[in-house]
Amino acid sequence: MEHYSMNLTLKVWKQKNTQSKGHFETFQVKNISSEMSFLEMFDVLNEQLIAEGKEPIAFDHDCREGICGMCSMYINGRAHGPWHHTTTCQLHMREYKDGDTIVVEPWRANAFPVIKDLVVDRQAFDRIIQAGGYISANTGNAVDANSIPIEKHKADEAFAAAACIGCGACVAACPNASAMLFLSAKASHLSLLPQGDPERKIRAVNMVEQMDKEGFGSCSNIGLCEASCPKGISLENIARLNREYLGAVFGEGGDNA
Amino acid sequence: MPLNSKIPQGELSQKWTSYKSTCKLVNPANKRQLEVIVIGTGLAGASAAASLGEMGYKVKTFCFQDSPRRAHSIAAQGGINAAKNYQNDGDSTYRLFYDTVKGGDYRSREANVYRLAEVSANIIDQCVAQGVPFAREYGGLLSNRSFGGVQVQRTFYAAGQTGQQLLIGAYQALERQVALGNVTQYSRHEMLEVVIIDGKARGVIVRNLVTGELERHFGHAVLLCSGGYGNVFYLSTNAMGSNVTAAWKAHKSGAFFGNPCFTQIHPTCIPVSGDHQSKLTLMSESLRNDGRIWVPKKQGDTRKPNEIPVEERDYYLERRYPAFGNLVPRDVASRAAKERCDAGYGVGSSRQAVYLDFASAIERYGKIEAGKHGNHNPDAETVRQLGEEVVKEKYGNLFEMYEKITGEDPYKVPMRIYPAVHYTMGGLWVDYELMTTVPGLYALGEANFSDHGANRLGASALMQGLADGYFVIPYTLGNYLADDIRTKPIPTTHEAFEAAEKNVRNRIETMMNIKGSESVESFHKRLGKIMWDKCGMARNAKGLAEAIEEIKALRKEFWTNVRIPGEIKEYNPELDKAGRVADFLELGELMCKDALYRSESCGGHFREESQTEEGEALRKDDEFTLVAAWEYKGDSNFELHKENLTYEVMHLTQRSYK
Repeated sequence: MEHYSMNLTLKVWKQKNTQSKGHFETFQVKNISSEMSFLEMFDVLNEQLIAEGKEPIAFDHDCREGICGMCSMYINGRAHGPWHHTTTCQLHMREYKDGDTIVVEPWRANAFPVIKDLVVDRQAFDRIIQAGGYISANTGNAVDANSIPIEKHKADEAFAAAACIGCGACVAACPNASAMLFLSAKASHLSLLPQGDPERKIRAVNMVEQMDKEGFGSCSNIGLCEASCPKGISLENIARLNREYLGAVFGEGGDNA
Repeated sequence: MPLNSKIPQGELSQKWTSYKSTCKLVNPANKRQLEVIVIGTGLAGASAAASLGEMGYKVKTFCFQDSPRRAHSIAAQGGINAAKNYQNDGDSTYRLFYDTVKGGDYRSREANVYRLAEVSANIIDQCVAQGVPFAREYGGLLSNRSFGGVQVQRTFYAAGQTGQQLLIGAYQALERQVALGNVTQYSRHEMLEVVIIDGKARGVIVRNLVTGELERHFGHAVLLCSGGYGNVFYLSTNAMGSNVTAAWKAHKSGAFFGNPCFTQIHPTCIPVSGDHQSKLTLMSESLRNDGRIWVPKKQGDTRKPNEIPVEERDYYLERRYPAFGNLVPRDVASRAAKERCDAGYGVGSSRQAVYLDFASAIERYGKIEAGKHGNHNPDAETVRQLGEEVVKEKYGNLFEMYEKITGEDPYKVPMRIYPAVHYTMGGLWVDYELMTTVPGLYALGEANFSDHGANRLGASALMQGLADGYFVIPYTLGNYLADDIRTKPIPTTHEAFEAAEKNVRNRIETMMNIKGSESVESFHKRLGKIMWDKCGMARNAKGLAEAIEEIKALRKEFWTNVRIPGEIKEYNPELDKAGRVADFLELGELMCKDALYRSESCGGHFREESQTEEGEALRKDDEFTLVAAWEYKGDSNFELHKENLTYEVMHLTQRSYK
């Protein structure tokens, strides 16, 4: 693969703290290698700003290998940028050409207040998990791991839902700022497994209630969540949760999905 | 002070059973009065906090990330070991113990490792009960694969995301306890000091990273589950935020640091592409189940890999280690890659890489699949397609990640890989109960030194983190707190809290007031280069002595010329990083001192002066069958204490994987 370097214009959201009003600021970066990751390009910019005696841009990031779910940039109108099934940290600069302008914003949702610049508070997701996103199995209670066989396709489906990294791209991408994809992925992961079956109804009801309390919007089946999800979490999870929720609220059994 | 490892009497296989049956207990009513602080929420921290919360203790957890679920355990790919013997291939508690001690090159503590092997099976049971979706066979039972340094299949996995699934399991158990009110969780908080009262750990000073305010928290005991310190090398497979700060503050408050020089360099990582590189990405060891490692037989061969015929390739691991082949332990595989590259056989533009090739596996699986469909004479394209599907099912996410980073398709061309810093076996010295040399201060998971000796086997980090958190600390902590039931919570207005907070505030203010001209990042990079060049894969006395002086000079420069923008009382990631780099600048010196002291080679610690004729690590058992535990005595001043390792069951031999 041919490598090249480029100069870019960045328009980045700057906001001092939760209370203050934010604005876009324009920055120039030079000699960016096509081999860099998107966040390494931000590292270069920040080093440049520090050298100039200015404040660097605050952004969330940690593992930089696409699994921790911490990075969260809204790039040119898309959560995590243009690459399919990719977190911001795994987006690489070979996507861009010399002279490009890139607009970078934080996740925008009432339930995710901005802490500073591109950093938002996602503790609402923790509280949704606290409302029921678990199996009540105290340490030491477990039976032998092979005592309950699980059909491979069920286990695979549960794994696919459990692959969610809790980054919040689904919320950021949704015009309603709904958290249904996040929530349904967790509900599906657990209720697809025999171990999670006993709590499936109460789980669905409590998690949905908490989601509403946090100020996330309602789901209107637009599908931008699925399109922006770096882990390919499927909309089927939302359908499964809806069945489960309706079953729980209206007293029907709900199927075994 | 003599080190007392508190290993229970009796036969090795009975020690943990007898400990559990005789340790002191705390009754449920008293547990509700006892407060426990947990620093870090990775596998060790989350599992400990959840379990202790379930038992009724009042727990507080702290993590620097925005949620406990982000801790770097999440990035572990390949799997978790357990002596279940589900494959009927001769595995047992004893064999897992044996492999771990041998893999660690006979520098770990027998009793701890045996206990680890013993509880490993319970971990898998617990995780399945929590809903961890491990890989399964068509019959619905759990699937296993092989990892380096062993000849059985005992590794449980969830595609290439095992760490993620285990951490989410522990995180969910933790969140359940938060909901029940047993655990209070603090995210975006960083521990900056241990508070010690009457010789016992009684709390911490933490900084709220959003507001910049300092907070005081009391605890009857403090558990450090803050991970390893690989980021001292700047470039490593650790997350950007992984740091030594909590462990280092504990060290400076009296906790001894065990074997700080024991660093694991992982053989299969994506090579460095340029100066901009901010971190290195691991390609799971599980890939060595199916990938074959090779370099050209000709030095400086610039042909493309697919143009080099098989007979002109050197599958050097298979050649040197026929018994284990590509599945030798990590330290051995890393050194062998370095040896080939140093000798001029490296590939890629930097010549600092070797190939990890899946062509044989794709062909083998393709033929099997074709056979299953009754096609016994398939054409090459069919074989390739079917084979790729099998490989994709096993390692798909890793292949995708490789392609995103490098822009190359590893199904078509071999991966280029090179060793990178991955894990630190060294850590805070702990006794059998996981207590450091400070009473009431514990270290769990990668933060302690105890189980992996001089080299950790693949898929054992997850096992150890969860063993410590789910199954060890719930017993050993009770044994300590049983004597503490009359201790009322100490108000945080106590002078020890005042003094600790003042200490932290002064350090932060001093750092902010330097207003120099060089960024934190730049100091970190320079430290990393010293460490990698002189305390990395190969070490010698001259280089280490130089490194110690260079680090001291760099530290001095840091404290006179670092530039930290922004304010103290706001969200300021540069300030957070500055504190961490300042601690790395102290730790780096200790690591070099420890590496200089240990003039033998063992596991991941390779002293060029001590090698066999074939270039393998040569131990000096007479002199170094011991843990080097360092006590902090002030700036650049560390006193060595030795814990002699006694092997009652294992016989020390030269490790052989031939």
